[in-house]
Amino acid sequence: MTEPTIQAGRTNAGSATGAKPVAGDPGTGRVEREFTVKDRSQLQQTMRRFLRHRMAVGSLVVFVLLVLFAFITPLLWKYHYTTITPDNSVPPSLDHPFGTDNLGHDMFAQVLRGLQQSIKVALSIALIATIGGTLWGVISGYYGGAVDTVLMRFADLVLTIPSLAMAAALANNFGGTWWIIAIILGGVSAPYVGRVVRGMVLSIREREYVEAARALGASDFRIMIRHLVPNAFAVVVVNATLLVASGILLETSLSFLGFGIQAPDTSLGVLITTGQGAVDTRPWLFYFPGLFIILVALTVNFLGDGLRDALDPQQTRQRR
Amino acid sequence: MLAYIIRRVLISIPVLIGSTILVFIMVKLSGDPLEGIKLRNPPPPPATIKLEEHRLGLDQSWPLQYWDWLKGLVLHGNFGQAVQPTENIGADIGSHLWVTVRLVFFSVLIALILAIITGVVSAIRQYSVTDYTATFFGFLFLSMPVFWFAVLLKEAGIWFNRSTGTKTFFTIGDKSPYLPSDTAWAHISDVAGHMVLPTIVLGLAGYAGWTRFTRASMLEVLNSDHVRLARAKGLRSRKVLIRHALRNALIPLTTVTALDIAALLGGAILTEQVFQWNGMGTLFVKALQQKDAHMMMGWLLVSATIVIVFNLIADILYGILDPRIRHA
Repeated sequence: MTEPTIQAGRTNAGSATGAKPVAGDPGTGRVEREFTVKDRSQLQQTMRRFLRHRMAVGSLVVFVLLVLFAFITPLLWKYHYTTITPDNSVPPSLDHPFGTDNLGHDMFAQVLRGLQQSIKVALSIALIATIGGTLWGVISGYYGGAVDTVLMRFADLVLTIPSLAMAAALANNFGGTWWIIAIILGGVSAPYVGRVVRGMVLSIREREYVEAARALGASDFRIMIRHLVPNAFAVVVVNATLLVASGILLETSLSFLGFGIQAPDTSLGVLITTGQGAVDTRPWLFYFPGLFIILVALTVNFLGDGLRDALDPQQTRQRR
Repeated sequence: MLAYIIRRVLISIPVLIGSTILVFIMVKLSGDPLEGIKLRNPPPPPATIKLEEHRLGLDQSWPLQYWDWLKGLVLHGNFGQAVQPTENIGADIGSHLWVTVRLVFFSVLIALILAIITGVVSAIRQYSVTDYTATFFGFLFLSMPVFWFAVLLKEAGIWFNRSTGTKTFFTIGDKSPYLPSDTAWAHISDVAGHMVLPTIVLGLAGYAGWTRFTRASMLEVLNSDHVRLARAKGLRSRKVLIRHALRNALIPLTTVTALDIAALLGGAILTEQVFQWNGMGTLFVKALQQKDAHMMMGWLLVSATIVIVFNLIADILYGILDPRIRHA
């Protein structure tokens, strides 16, 4: 019963904005009038809104290409990231597109490996923080009362300490491998998600359909999984995307300080640490890893922005 | 208003106590402070390790350790024993804190001024070239690692110095080790000169998020009924913008700024590391490398206090800016 109502509401809102004489609507190339309204599923509508965001679509393509590049190219490239070639400290050439370091490591292979590790950690951070934070927020918002107070006060406490400092302290003892770093950084990022999700849940749990579900005898677990989580989904997805961007920055920062991924393995942060002393003499050691971090974070940020506009039409009107 | 302020201050106290517990647990999980001694070669006699354990209070249970630490801190202002027996943690933090606080303070100041100006201009001239440029740079700084940008700027400073044959930018340290003239003015200009580049780095890191936020918040207010009414009344557009729109748009920015202080303190660690400042960041990295538990606890507690104080200020400002909050 709720589905058609939402659809009707959305279509009305869509045609209302379409009716405005908006000059810049060449993306769709058609005039929207009341009588041309077509019945579209929610997914179709979201897709349409997303595809209109050219920057976000372009970013998605670039990001996917980057991931493929990071995971497939190393299999085809002639040097392994641990291979020590006889050429040391040579500038970029056909044989070594990104040059080599003073030991003779091929920087192209190193950057690929770094990119791979950094992307792996960033995606895992987003996954862990999203699952943990959503659980945290849903439980806190749904039960309210003492549970809410305890969980949210704890989240507030975590937020008072810089994530980087907390992660460095924990990684100093347990760290080294990429998945432990991911768990630590995901853990310190989870409270941010928890707070946002809780805010959503507080309003969703007062809706009629939740009341109806409860009247029908649905268990708390069922209400959370079937009603609260799907309806908070838009916010969760947008946050998860942005977490990938902040995740790669956190991971590289941690590795830069020396508490992240440890040699002989490498990440983009580790590469910059070694490259920073040679900006002047061997700039390729410093610029390439940095450019890849920016590329990943930038595309993910644009993607998140586009998703926010597509999934969250209420906010769209303010933001665009 | 006074009642509101007192209430906010009282609420911060349990948060502060809670954060001491969290900090203690964090540090307990961060490793064994005696690792350095135990791994020495040849291994020290067990009696030495026992003595060290006793000195650092490690021979007691966790709750007792926490209690002793808290008691020493509250009653005597004592942060506990450092791993290096000659070091005094309180004095160390005291001497390093000022360096970091002034970096963070000026970065926040610059970031806020820049963010508000570009955010407002972006919102007023929505979809203009200015808006797109500002948005792009906002995203760029949001996506750039602080430490990478810091190294880049440091190199640019060095390059500038070399190509002009001057010493315009200071790229190492928070002050010169030696000054030819020992006047107050010489000291101030020396410190200010060293601060330029690091402040830009950290400032732009904060700027990125805040300008996006100001823009969104300003757009929302500009489309609201009270602004439309103010325009309809025939008020001058400058007056509408500043008195009716900007004042309301800035209210949520206070909260966001306070929340981001923790992230900026993290950024300060990185910035100090690159510019080799002798501040809290350097102290923290040293504490971690030495696995100095009491030093880390002191550090984390001080940074938590800074964040809590900033949040308190934001709460109070919020109450001043928005009367609805303090009567709620």
